[in-house]
Amino acid sequence: MVWFLIALPLLAAALAFSINSVAARVRLLPATATLHLAGLLWSLRGWDHLAPGTWLGLDALGGWTLLVISVLFLFCAWYAPAYLALRPDRDNRVFVASFLAFLGLATLLSAARHPGLVWVAMETTTLATAPLIYFNHNRRSIEATWKYLIIGSVGIALALLGTLFLAYSAHMGGLEEPLFFSSLMQGAGQLSRPWLRAGFVLALVGYGTKMGLAPLHTWKPDAYGESPGVIGALLAGGVTSCAFLALLRFYAIVAAAGEIQFARELMVGMGLLSMLWAAVFMVRQLDIRRLLAYSSVEHMGILAFGIGIGGRAARFALFHLAANALVKGVLFMSAGNINRSYASKRLPYVRGAIRRTPVSGWLFFLGFLAITGTPPFAPFISEFNIAATALARPYLWTGVAFLVLLGGIFLAMSDTVVQVVFGTPPPDRVRTPYRDTLATTAPLVLALALSMTMGLWLPGSLTEMIRSAATLVEGHP
Amino acid sequence: MLSDLLIALIVLTNFTLVATARINKMIQVAVIQGVLLGLLPLAMGLGRHLHIVLMVIAAVGVKGWLIPYLFRRATRKIKIDREVSPYIGFTASLVLCALGTGLAVLLAGNLPLAPGSQFKLFVPASLSTLLTGFILLITRRKALTQVVGYLVLENGIYLFGLMLVEDMPMLVETGILLDLFVGIFVMGIVINHITVAFDSMDTRHLAELKD
Repeated sequence: MVWFLIALPLLAAALAFSINSVAARVRLLPATATLHLAGLLWSLRGWDHLAPGTWLGLDALGGWTLLVISVLFLFCAWYAPAYLALRPDRDNRVFVASFLAFLGLATLLSAARHPGLVWVAMETTTLATAPLIYFNHNRRSIEATWKYLIIGSVGIALALLGTLFLAYSAHMGGLEEPLFFSSLMQGAGQLSRPWLRAGFVLALVGYGTKMGLAPLHTWKPDAYGESPGVIGALLAGGVTSCAFLALLRFYAIVAAAGEIQFARELMVGMGLLSMLWAAVFMVRQLDIRRLLAYSSVEHMGILAFGIGIGGRAARFALFHLAANALVKGVLFMSAGNINRSYASKRLPYVRGAIRRTPVSGWLFFLGFLAITGTPPFAPFISEFNIAATALARPYLWTGVAFLVLLGGIFLAMSDTVVQVVFGTPPPDRVRTPYRDTLATTAPLVLALALSMTMGLWLPGSLTEMIRSAATLVEGHP
Repeated sequence: MLSDLLIALIVLTNFTLVATARINKMIQVAVIQGVLLGLLPLAMGLGRHLHIVLMVIAAVGVKGWLIPYLFRRATRKIKIDREVSPYIGFTASLVLCALGTGLAVLLAGNLPLAPGSQFKLFVPASLSTLLTGFILLITRRKALTQVVGYLVLENGIYLFGLMLVEDMPMLVETGILLDLFVGIFVMGIVINHITVAFDSMDTRHLAELKD
């Protein structure tokens, strides 16, 4: 079944690349996404029976991450045809093929049971998503693509070195290749500590670059700012989740080897630094897409922070992965709609979105409230619980810092968002023919509704899955 | 030992790379470094394993033939300016490279090797090559020279990987080589677009996006 889930999007991508009919090509997106999610839900029934010694298989951690990606992909894929219809000027052959290929590679990464295979999948994901950033084919998007490619590739190269360090630490400990995650975690006690620690630092830098943790996030505002909104959604919720999973796999081995304290301090430090950096750059940010990119840096920081605090916070960090992906999807795609209407993504040109594009304007505003932790949306649950865990004794000051940063980010972000949504529309600004339609807003309404549902209720089987994934992350196979 | 000699040559190519002023020559040196690396497993006396011989052929093929082909394709269109044009001078680059190599030796001293390992030079040489790649990436202005920097960085990592070459699964090795190739292929395409859009491949033009 895993093979099917990997092959389906890749075959669809090849098909999309080879057929000439635009209508048929665009329809492949929602069809593939729906089939993938259905197949994934079917195969997730067996996540707890994973045979050892296999190259591919979905455990709780990989399964949960892939579920998050697949659901986000579904919303993006149902939105994308309407977006592409608004852009008849651009050939979408490469766009659709890359879009679909991403899903196949994300599935490969989630299901990979070997660190080397995870690395290969992550690097290929970078290469497959680069053409998506270049969709607009102008000078600005070329600059963004170049930065994304070079910074991403160098980061991932460091992650490869980290993976090789891990392999050498296993070699010194007398473990035999192939080094599957299961065997690495079982034999973690034998791993050579200096190599393991150095390897984790490299993996944190490498995969942290792909996640966009500060100060390694410099490609992020450019890439998210210059690509279409739907691609921003896919990058901010999909590619970053892939990198986070790759990092967690490494973290779990370090934890199993009894070095969790070392890894925790690094994660908490990187997490808080990312939030601080994001907060500083959000103040008076005039470009709404770059604002969202910094919000993504912030939420990667929250993920790292939650994992670093551990225990209950680790569980809610995994929950936050889903909360962040869904709400970021809503924000990026509604911001994309607003940009379409104003032919700009900057203040002071974009003001009063609620009058020009009422549905997208409200979605953007509600998405902002959700992402900054307003109940009853899902991010509130995770942010509240991570903060509550951090405020318990040994981490008291980190918990205080976390809350202060969340508050600061809310203020910084609201300044721009309120002007964009409720300001007075500039009378001289051109009005493009774009109007909100069912096709460009319905997927966003559903995603926001799902995020609200998750804030109120989560099925027991999913709670169980997150619990099991968090146990794995903390080093107990 | 033959492998030690090859590693010494590889470190020498690092110094040549940072001191080279012309793009074509720089690419040549990077390719020579890649081929030396590709042949290294044979010098380590591992020629008896079939999968290693296959890997040597694949690595030399990719690093010695396919990647230079991609570079030639990318440079064909650019006629005017073949200078590397670094942000810092060549002497400063050489000093940085020497400092990097010293740092690599220090770092490697902190990482214990398996007892009786024949790979004493591998870790410092690999880290030194990695740092050389970084120096090239950061201090050179042309998009193409940044790709050379990336290639050198990958070479450094590949050198480290050779310590594990006997154990590593074929699937992973093939994947890594393939990714390197496709990565440089994609970068080559983007360079072409940069050259068309800006009429130059100087990355100083790529400075429009900022806060």
